[in-house]
Amino acid sequence: MKRRNFLRTAGASAAFMPFIHNGFSVNPLSKNSLFGMLGASANLSGKVMVFIELSGGNDGLNTLIPLDQYTYLSSHRGSILIPENKVLDLNGAPDTGLHPSMTGLQEMFNNGLMSIVQNVGYPQQDYSHFRSMDIWQTASDSGQYVDTGWLGRALQGEYPGFPEGFPNADSPDPLAIQIGSILPLAYMGTAFPMGMSLGNADNFDDAFLSDFVEPAPATPYGDELEYIRLVQKQSQEYYEVIKTAAESQPDNLSPLYPPQYENYLADQLRIVARLIGGGLQTAIYTVSIGGFDTHSEQVEAGTPDQGNHANLLRRVSEAIAAFQDDIRLMGKEDDVAGMTYSEFGRTIAANGSIGTDHGAAAPLFVFGKGVNPGIIGENAQIPSNLNNSADVPMAHDFRQVYASVLQDWFGLTNLNDILFQDFDILPIFKGASAAREELNRDVFGVSNYPNPVRTSTTITFTSFSNAYVTINLMDAQGRFILKIAEGNYPTGMHQVRFDRSNLPSGTYFYQVKLNGMGVMKKMLVF
Amino acid sequence: MTVSTLNRRAFFQKLRSESPEKMEKRMGIFGEVKPVFPLGNQELPLVPPPTNTLTLNGGLEPYTGPWDYEQAAHLLRRTTFGVKKNDLDLLMGMTMDEAVNHILMDLPEPADPINNYSDDDPTNQDDYDDPAVPAGQTWVNANYDGDAEGYRIESYRGWWIDLMVNQEANIREKMTFFWHNHFATQTAAVFYGKVNHRHNKLLRTHTLGNFKEFTKEVTIDPMMLFYLNGYLNVKDAPDENYARELQELFTVGKDNPNHYTEDDVVAAARVLTGWSIDWNNFNTTIPSIFNAGAHDIGDKQFSSFYGNAVITGSFDGDAELNALLDMIFQKNEVAEYLVRKLYRWFVYYNIDAAAEQNVIQPLAQLFRSNGYEIKPVMETLLKSTHFFDAVNKGCFIKTPVDIVVGTLRSFNISIPSITLWDDFVMKSYLRYFHSVMQMLPGDPPNVAGWQAFRQVPQYYRMWINGDTARNRNFYIAAMFSGNLASSNDNILRIDPIAFASQFSDPSNPVTLVDEIVKLLLPQPISDLKKTLLKSILLSGLPSDSYWTIAWFDYINSPNDPMSVAVVNTRLTNMIAYVLLLPEYQLA
Repeated sequence: MKRRNFLRTAGASAAFMPFIHNGFSVNPLSKNSLFGMLGASANLSGKVMVFIELSGGNDGLNTLIPLDQYTYLSSHRGSILIPENKVLDLNGAPDTGLHPSMTGLQEMFNNGLMSIVQNVGYPQQDYSHFRSMDIWQTASDSGQYVDTGWLGRALQGEYPGFPEGFPNADSPDPLAIQIGSILPLAYMGTAFPMGMSLGNADNFDDAFLSDFVEPAPATPYGDELEYIRLVQKQSQEYYEVIKTAAESQPDNLSPLYPPQYENYLADQLRIVARLIGGGLQTAIYTVSIGGFDTHSEQVEAGTPDQGNHANLLRRVSEAIAAFQDDIRLMGKEDDVAGMTYSEFGRTIAANGSIGTDHGAAAPLFVFGKGVNPGIIGENAQIPSNLNNSADVPMAHDFRQVYASVLQDWFGLTNLNDILFQDFDILPIFKGASAAREELNRDVFGVSNYPNPVRTSTTITFTSFSNAYVTINLMDAQGRFILKIAEGNYPTGMHQVRFDRSNLPSGTYFYQVKLNGMGVMKKMLVF
Repeated sequence: MTVSTLNRRAFFQKLRSESPEKMEKRMGIFGEVKPVFPLGNQELPLVPPPTNTLTLNGGLEPYTGPWDYEQAAHLLRRTTFGVKKNDLDLLMGMTMDEAVNHILMDLPEPADPINNYSDDDPTNQDDYDDPAVPAGQTWVNANYDGDAEGYRIESYRGWWIDLMVNQEANIREKMTFFWHNHFATQTAAVFYGKVNHRHNKLLRTHTLGNFKEFTKEVTIDPMMLFYLNGYLNVKDAPDENYARELQELFTVGKDNPNHYTEDDVVAAARVLTGWSIDWNNFNTTIPSIFNAGAHDIGDKQFSSFYGNAVITGSFDGDAELNALLDMIFQKNEVAEYLVRKLYRWFVYYNIDAAAEQNVIQPLAQLFRSNGYEIKPVMETLLKSTHFFDAVNKGCFIKTPVDIVVGTLRSFNISIPSITLWDDFVMKSYLRYFHSVMQMLPGDPPNVAGWQAFRQVPQYYRMWINGDTARNRNFYIAAMFSGNLASSNDNILRIDPIAFASQFSDPSNPVTLVDEIVKLLLPQPISDLKKTLLKSILLSGLPSDSYWTIAWFDYINSPNDPMSVAVVNTRLTNMIAYVLLLPEYQLA
């Protein structure tokens, strides 16, 4: 199957291409954007993903609060736990709520703009910030050393010659942009970073990142420095296109942004929104907010819904809500999604300094019009007894999220080159299952008949070796419902009968996992 | 026999006849095809010339201020390529007087360049098996070989670059380059390796010697005789090329509007008729020779600029040459012209009225009164209050050699070469980078040298345009990439951990950033920027201890790839950030 060039600018003729492309159906959202392109917008850009790093290790249990675990949570982290009556409700998820600072994200969730993935981490948590950050950026295993970034590998697959000959007529714009000065390891290709940072070496417009450009002294040194700064800035390959984009979208449109300099994350996302609104074809943006390493004074003593963590989450929520609104007002919401991530979570128990220490998994938020709204996965089970360093175990590998972004958002199929192994796709994005349905039929021969199901159906799959197989049923949000089958199956074709019994009508997914390699299929129940 | 350009053409044709794969292999990602950048040819931004709100203070009186890191680093930045921590430590242990004397110390002559272009791998189609010179032996005594000269010239150029990379805390390499810019010649015009090498030896033996004697030797040096057609200058067909540049570019200059005349050019050309190449001994010692039969024995009348001097014609070419130089070197303009060039090479391009009066004029006077000895001039300048004036520090825009060679030196990198062929390939990378930054050693743009030292009013700023600014930073990126390789084991690159290890306490992110910045940048940077650099080491985390722990993890398990990667990644980002700052372009 030929790889789809997800990042490359589609030519005008692409607008008239059939929606079945290279054997699998295109995300239905593309349909809207393709039609949209015929209208007012001259922007032909593909999908955009904004990655928001919460640096330091975010306390997931105080971010997405498992209300059904409240009793034990109060005994383990009473000094910092958010009072139950302050937790923000999420529509359709009575057992789970948001930190009271996150009204912006609550509204987005309730408006169907957010997919929350529960308990994301990686096997064999390292607990070191640096190592864990590098693991997230390189998509390596815990004990594996990788010196290229996962986004760098994805981009290099599409643009193998970069940076030589770039920019060019086909790719006039940066492939990836980091707002801020530190270029993330995630962008690293085999020899060169595949993206750029705005602010690095003072090469972007003072109006954007003036805080790193200090006035040159009135000396011969200062005179020469000013000259070099100017030429360096103008010689940045992408200076002109970035400047043009920023100038064509001179203002942010959303009134929801906090005033400038009050919320560093919002300031970064303002720039991203302007560049997207201004027509830059860059597909990947990364921004970052630090301060989540809350070993002490995570909350205000006595008022645990206030304090450092509350302020951080408020900034995150406020910034994302304003950005989403901005993107909508700019007419780009069909093509832009974003996600948060943090290098790890924190301990279940509070420590003696009204804080928490390094822990394993934490939830992450994927937002945008293109996501399947809902919560993927279950609340973690909080045991009644635990030691001080106990944490929330991983339920979803972060690379499942990456795989979903690469396949279902960017339309890439060379996931093994990028992530080194197969990971189950999560139903984060709308239309995701449709794409998989086509794809997986070729690979695994998984199907069920009849479909839709009235009383029972037979699931057929092929095992290519003696395999340990599990078949799980999930609802439309990807939540586990029941186990259909589990056990060792020899090489060959197998059939498993499934009785509907009292399953309500609706859309379901069933997942066949062979030796950890998963295939998810849609099943309609009448 | 003449050295034709055909051989050069053949050499480059041979290079171009390589298969694309081979070319790619040899050049790595730096193939000859240059990226197409939309801004590549944009006009230079219009920045007003220096405002000179502050002029350089002080005159030639000896500097008596503190001798500290700042002064020692400044001395090294201006007299060597790049600054090495070891050199700094050495000079810090001396007084200012001792340090300058050390910088000006005579050094033994280097060994001759060798054949590094014959690979013993029979499948290598890119090398040249020199029938006259075995691999590893010097070719400077071998006969002319049209097929070999291109390789020998690259061997010569690489030898020179290598001398600069491995130089000591001594002015010789920067001074040799000064003379190369002054008595400019081009390998591309005289495509004969040993003539170039012999010329280079002449430059380095006279670096701090007597300028008048030096000028005489250059005048009859075969390289110059070829380059400016002196060998074709005969009485029946005088060639004025050298006679003009001798006055315009090498000695009196044109700073004084009342300068030598066109008639003086003709008269000087007549004085120099008959100096040529000794073709009989051409292949052995490449001597020059005076052919009395080709010499114009008439009297040579000079203009009022030279006091209407007459050089009496004779068959004694040497005596006439001496008389010509005596006449020229009586002009005050010679010392002024050369001192201004030295000033622009070592101090700053802008010479305001105060500098002219307090520095140029007294130095020119000193130069004349010492019979054109260069060393006392350099010693006086480098020990002066003016040289160490704070306003003077950091205003020199680095030349491409400062960037390419200086970066290697600051990171203690020798050109890696497991085999001789590795050496050749590595040096071809360095040739490439010098070339795209517009300063290839051995090939100035023309006889006037590089524009950055003469083009009013831009001067140093000529180095920095949209294209070269990118190439300067591309070199930095390449030095971290691991792509500058001749084999899997022979890689030219910065080792950030080794670099960091030389500082006082690499586990302390505050002092580490501070010491790295002090070494690599010519002026202090703000605390805000240092905090930013530290935050790169800390990946944005608030506590310094995270870096300290990571560093000791590495120290305790130096062979664990993940412990290494954690510090290596962050050091790379931090150091690259410093090297990509505009401040790094200044010295």
